[in-house]
This record gives sequence, C-alpha cells and structure tokens, in this order.
Amino acid sequence: MSLSQPHPRPFRVCAVSDQLEDTWTVELAPADGKRVVAAPGQFNMLYAFGAGEAPISVSRIHADVLAHTIRAVGRVTRGLRQLVVGDTVGLRGPFGVGWPVETMSGGDVVVVAGGLGIAPLRPVLDTVARERSRFGRVQLFYGTRDRASLLFQDDLKTWTQQNIEVNVIVDRGSPDWRGPVGFVTQPLEAATINRSATALICGPEVMMRFAAGTLLRKGLNPEHLHLSIERNMECGTGQCGHCQLGPYLVCRDGPVFGYDAVSDCLAIREL
Amino acid sequence: MLPAQEFDLLLGTLAKAGYELVGPTLRHGVIGLGVIERAEDLPKGVADEHAPGNYRVRSDGSPGWFGYVVGQESWKRYLFPPEQTLFRAERDEHVVRFAGETPETRRRALLGVRGCDVAAIAKQARVFDAYDPGSSAYGAALAQTFVVAIDCSHPAATCFCTSMGSGPAADEGFDLALTEIASDTEHYFVLRTGSASGRRIAEKLTLEPATRLHREAASAVSGRAVELIERGLDKQAAKRLHADHPEHPRWETIGDRCLSCGNCTMVCPTCFCSRREDTITIDGTSAEQRLVWDSCFNRDFSLAGGIVRESIASRYRQWMTHKLSTWHEQFGESGCVGCGRCITWCPAGIDITQELAAMAGDRGAPP
Ligand SMILES: Cc1cc2nc3c(=O)[nH]c(=O)nc-3n(C[C@H](O)[C@H](O)[C@H](O)COP(=O)(O)OP(=O)(O)OC[C@H]3O[C@@H](n4cnc5c(N)ncnc54)[C@H](O)[C@@H]3O)c2cc1C
Ligand code: SF4
Ligand code: SF4
Repeated sequence: MSLSQPHPRPFRVCAVSDQLEDTWTVELAPADGKRVVAAPGQFNMLYAFGAGEAPISVSRIHADVLAHTIRAVGRVTRGLRQLVVGDTVGLRGPFGVGWPVETMSGGDVVVVAGGLGIAPLRPVLDTVARERSRFGRVQLFYGTRDRASLLFQDDLKTWTQQNIEVNVIVDRGSPDWRGPVGFVTQPLEAATINRSATALICGPEVMMRFAAGTLLRKGLNPEHLHLSIERNMECGTGQCGHCQLGPYLVCRDGPVFGYDAVSDCLAIREL
Repeated sequence: MLPAQEFDLLLGTLAKAGYELVGPTLRHGVIGLGVIERAEDLPKGVADEHAPGNYRVRSDGSPGWFGYVVGQESWKRYLFPPEQTLFRAERDEHVVRFAGETPETRRRALLGVRGCDVAAIAKQARVFDAYDPGSSAYGAALAQTFVVAIDCSHPAATCFCTSMGSGPAADEGFDLALTEIASDTEHYFVLRTGSASGRRIAEKLTLEPATRLHREAASAVSGRAVELIERGLDKQAAKRLHADHPEHPRWETIGDRCLSCGNCTMVCPTCFCSRREDTITIDGTSAEQRLVWDSCFNRDFSLAGGIVRESIASRYRQWMTHKLSTWHEQFGESGCVGCGRCITWCPAGIDITQELAAMAGDRGAPP
C-alpha cells in the first residue's frame, strides 16, 4: 500500500498590503483548481519555503480568497514577509473550531480585541456588517499598543458606518492620538452591556482574562462568552502534542473555546 | 502447540510470507530490538532486573527464551520512526510544487511483543488515525505489520500492566500470541490466533493441536505472572489526577528531582509528540520537511507569546497528567499501558505510580 504524507497545497498570492511596519496582509487563492472553505476563527498552516510552517488565522474570507494578517516575529513569519503578488505559498487547512457566528444571530454582540487579536475577529465583523439586520446592538472594543499599531483603519470606518459601535483605546498616547489611553477593560467597564449578548474575545491571554472578568462582573452569561486561545502548533491535526491545554488540543478543540470550558485551565500557572 | 525445537519453523514461515523479522536481542547488556533470523538470535537463559533508575540483565541459565520483559526500546520506532520525511518542495521562480513523501512500508513481523506494547501500538494507532481515519502513515505501516505477542512469564518489579488492563497476556491486537512453557524437562509454546493473517500463518505450520494439559500449563504461566506483579496504580485516581490535583505541592518536589532529560518520553511506547524540521538547499530551489520525535520536557515545547512551561515541575505535570488523565478527554482512554519503562529509565528514579499514590492519597484538592 502506498500512501503519500500530507503536504501543503499551493496557493497563489493575489494581493499583499502593508498594515504596519511589521504586520501585513496577504490574500491567497488556491492554485490547484480545488475549492477552499473557511469559517471565521479558523486558521491555516502557512508554509514559508524552506523555513517551515506557522498557524495564521484567516483575517478575511471572500469566496475562494483568504486573507491572512501576519506579524513578523521569527523564522517562518519573516520568511512569509518575502512573498510578493504572483508567488506560490504552501497552505494546509483550514483547521479548528471558529467563532459561533450562527448562534449569535438575532442577539447583541460584544467583540473585544487586543493587538493582532483583531485579525481573527475581522471575518466576524465583516459578516455582521454585511448582514447587519441579523444582529442587534454590536459593540467592538479594540485595544492596541499605540496609534501607530492600529490595524484595519478603513474597516473600522466601514463598520462604524454599518452601525457597529467602535471603541478604540491605546496603551500609550501620542500627539496624533485624540482617543482614550489605557487598558481595553476601561471602555468595557464604562459601557452598558446586554447580559444576554454574545461576547467574543481575542488577544494576549492576560488581556482575555481581564476582559472576561469585566464582562462577567457586568452580568454577562458565561455560556455566551468565547475566547480564542493561542498555543504553538506543528501539525494542526491533533498529532504533534504541542498545543495541549490540559484536556484540550487547541488546534482540534479550539482555537475558539467557550469560556466555561477553559477558564479553569487558564487559571492554572504554566499549564 | 509449537515445540521449542520447531520455533524456526514459525520464523521461516513468516520470512517466506515476506516479513522481515524483528525481535528481542541482547546487546551491550540490554535487551534491545533488532533483526533476527532464527531462534538462536534470541536472548536465551537470561533474566532482567528493574527498579526505579536501575536495570540489569543477568544470565541465570533459565530454560526459557522470553523470561524477561521490555527493554529500553519500544516497537514504536518501527511504526512511528524517530525521523521521517513528510514532503519536498521545489521552487522555480514564482511556482512552488509540493510532493508528499511516500514512506517506505516494509512487511515486518514484530516478534515477542508484550501485552503492554500490543496495547501501546493500538493507542498510537488511534492517535494518528483520529484526524483523518485510514490515511495515516502509522496506519499504513501497521497494515504491513504482523504482530507476534508473547505472554509474560516473569514480570519485572516495575511492571503494572494489570492495573492498566494491558497484560501480562495480550487479549487482542495481535496476529499470533504465544505462551512459553519452559522447564528442565519440556519447552514448548501454546499459540493463539488473533486475526485472519495469524490464522493463515498458523495453518501453514501444521501444528499438533494443544492438549488440555498444554492449555492448562499456559494459563498457569499467565496466572502466576499476574500474581508476580507487585506494582499497581489506581486507575480512577489516575484519571482524575489533572482535575483533582493540578496544583498539588508534590509537583514542586518532583520538579526538584527531575532533570528534564526527556528519557521517559523517548522510552514510553505511547508518547507521540513531534516537531517539524525544515531544510533548504544552498541554491534555494529545493526544500524538505521532516518530522522528528519531540519531548514535552523541552523548554520551548509550549509557547503562548513566550515559554509556557518555564519550571520543570510544570513540564513533569504536563507529561504525567497527559499520560494518566487528559489522554482520556483527548482520545477516550488512558495514555499509559503500565510497561514501567519510564520508571526504569529515569536517571532520577522517579516512579509514576508512587507519585500518583502520594498525590491521590490526599483526598480532594489541597488548599
Ligand atoms: C491558532 C493560531 C492563530 C494565529 N494567528 C496568527 C495571525 O493571524 N497572525 C500572526 O501574525 N500570528 C498568528 N499566530 C501566531 C503565529 O503562529 C506565531 O507568531 C508564529 O508561529 C511564529 O513563528 P516564527 O517561526 O515566525 O517565530 P519563531 O522563530 O518560532 O519565534 C519567534 C518568537 O515568537 C514566539 N512565538 C513562537 N510561536 C509563537 C506562538 N504560537 N505564539 C506566540 N508566540 C510565539 C517565540 O517565543 C519567539 O519569541 C497564531 C497562532 C495560533 C496558534
Ligand atoms: S507512562 Fe511509563 S509505564 Fe506508562 S506506558 Fe509510558 S513508559 Fe510505560
Ligand atoms: S521524569 Fe526522569 S526520565 Fe523523565 S524527564 Fe525527568 S529525569 Fe528525565
């Protein structure tokens, strides 16, 4: 019996746009004639030639074109930085369980993003903006380092026009910043939150813990609270062992988890 | 019933069926695994002694050929190689082509697989097959593998297969299983078949059927082996370890002893963690990705913006709770088969059964 090991599919780079100095977006379409189906919150393993693979969230879904917003931090992501329009990139995926977009329908939505955590949430906000009448009140709380690290500024405008309440806060102020300065929990604390809203949080783990704490104190039903967890992963298919979080394999059971499922794990140091 | 002097008939029949034979061999004072051709190649008249952090093989002139248990090596390297190529990529200007590697699968007979290791093979198969059933390289290799199990007659002090329900005799997961009956006056094997290919091989051997006496002798061997097992583990407490004691102070004590060498993960027959290594040719046109064994004892094994398990205590906790508890949630069963290798081969002599007992003794979560 002959069996071929799993390998990446070739995808064509259709567009590259710079978001920030170290963060950019690549749009990828299948180059093998087969379709690709992704859901908001899912991720792909992107292969930088000779450098390796990294899990990167889908940051926009447009038919067969998947956007990925990447920050260059190390070997693989710097390798991906070299991509230009027309290049081939390897992709395995999509993998994982995404945001509960369907069950959000009909109710209010609270989205909390920290830094690059806005990337996996963008396809959700896109859906809300596109199908605005399906949702009630929609609030976005987006905290970022400073004015210069603000991602997706055009989208923020579009979403505002679509009656999404956009609250942006930066950790460090600057002369060109007129908005609030502080931690993302501040505007969250100040806002009125519908207890039955669905809340989606993505960002650094500490930020998610604080934001979840604030929302729960304000009476949000923990069953309606969802987080996207980040752990390094080698396979995406539950076989490399790296992304374990207690009983979970983040690549298979997540990255999006219900708050109740992971809150105990997140409270244990070095788990 | 297979008389010992006709053992080579079994080996010859397997070889003729196209299987390479791998079995226990004595090398450098350790019972390892290697290619064997005839019964002569087996470690005869030896016994092994196991204790936490200790191992010794001695010649005791005993009449049996399988009167010892598992060595440092497990069969996993034959089904899940320590290094394997996954794919190659070729780049020509903008175009990159990917070709998945077709792993060489050899027809191989594993000879003398203990109950614990038969169970371990099934556990790894379930892990590798979970994502895309029927498509794993592990499954493909296993399909080419003929498993000859042997019931243990002389369990070691580190064995606790009875607690994990995997031994000392295998009851499924093999093609053929043998019980060795060896004394100064007689030496033979009683066969059981566990699959269609096992039955085909057994038919070719044209054996005398085992008499009631033979069968009783065989069940006496297994019965005695069960009684010889000293070590045990409370399987329910094991399953609950992660939930009950994630922050037990004992983790710190183990952390002080553990060297984080990863020996336990290398010798464990169920440990499956891996990482991928990428290489590229100097002209930048060809690249390759390989899969290699990894260990949760490596400092950068888990990352979330930084290193998750900085302390050795947390790495040991990850390993032990994964084996005993969280494997249940992930794959629906325990990740430990009770082979005792991690106990014998730990340079610090850390004993998973003793550590569990120490923590499980404290009812409920400590303050
Ligand atoms: C489900 C998921 C979705 C992700 N989505 C995105 C995304 O949309 N955009 C994006 O830019 N990144 C995303 N990441 C993170 C991204 O995968 C890592 O930044 C990347 O793997 C780093 O690889 P590297 O080879 O470039 O860096 P390395 O050379 O491996 O490491 C460089 C530095 O980054 C740290 N690091 C490595 N891996 C991770 C990790 N997984 N998480 C945090 N720190 C890490 C290391 O400690 C080191 O300091 C996601 C991760 C996961 C698990
Ligand atoms: S954890 Fe130890 S006793 Fe259990 S299967 Fe692994 S090596 Fe054997
Ligand atoms: S428990 Fe023992 S074998 Fe395992 S890493 Fe620690 S010192 Fe090494």
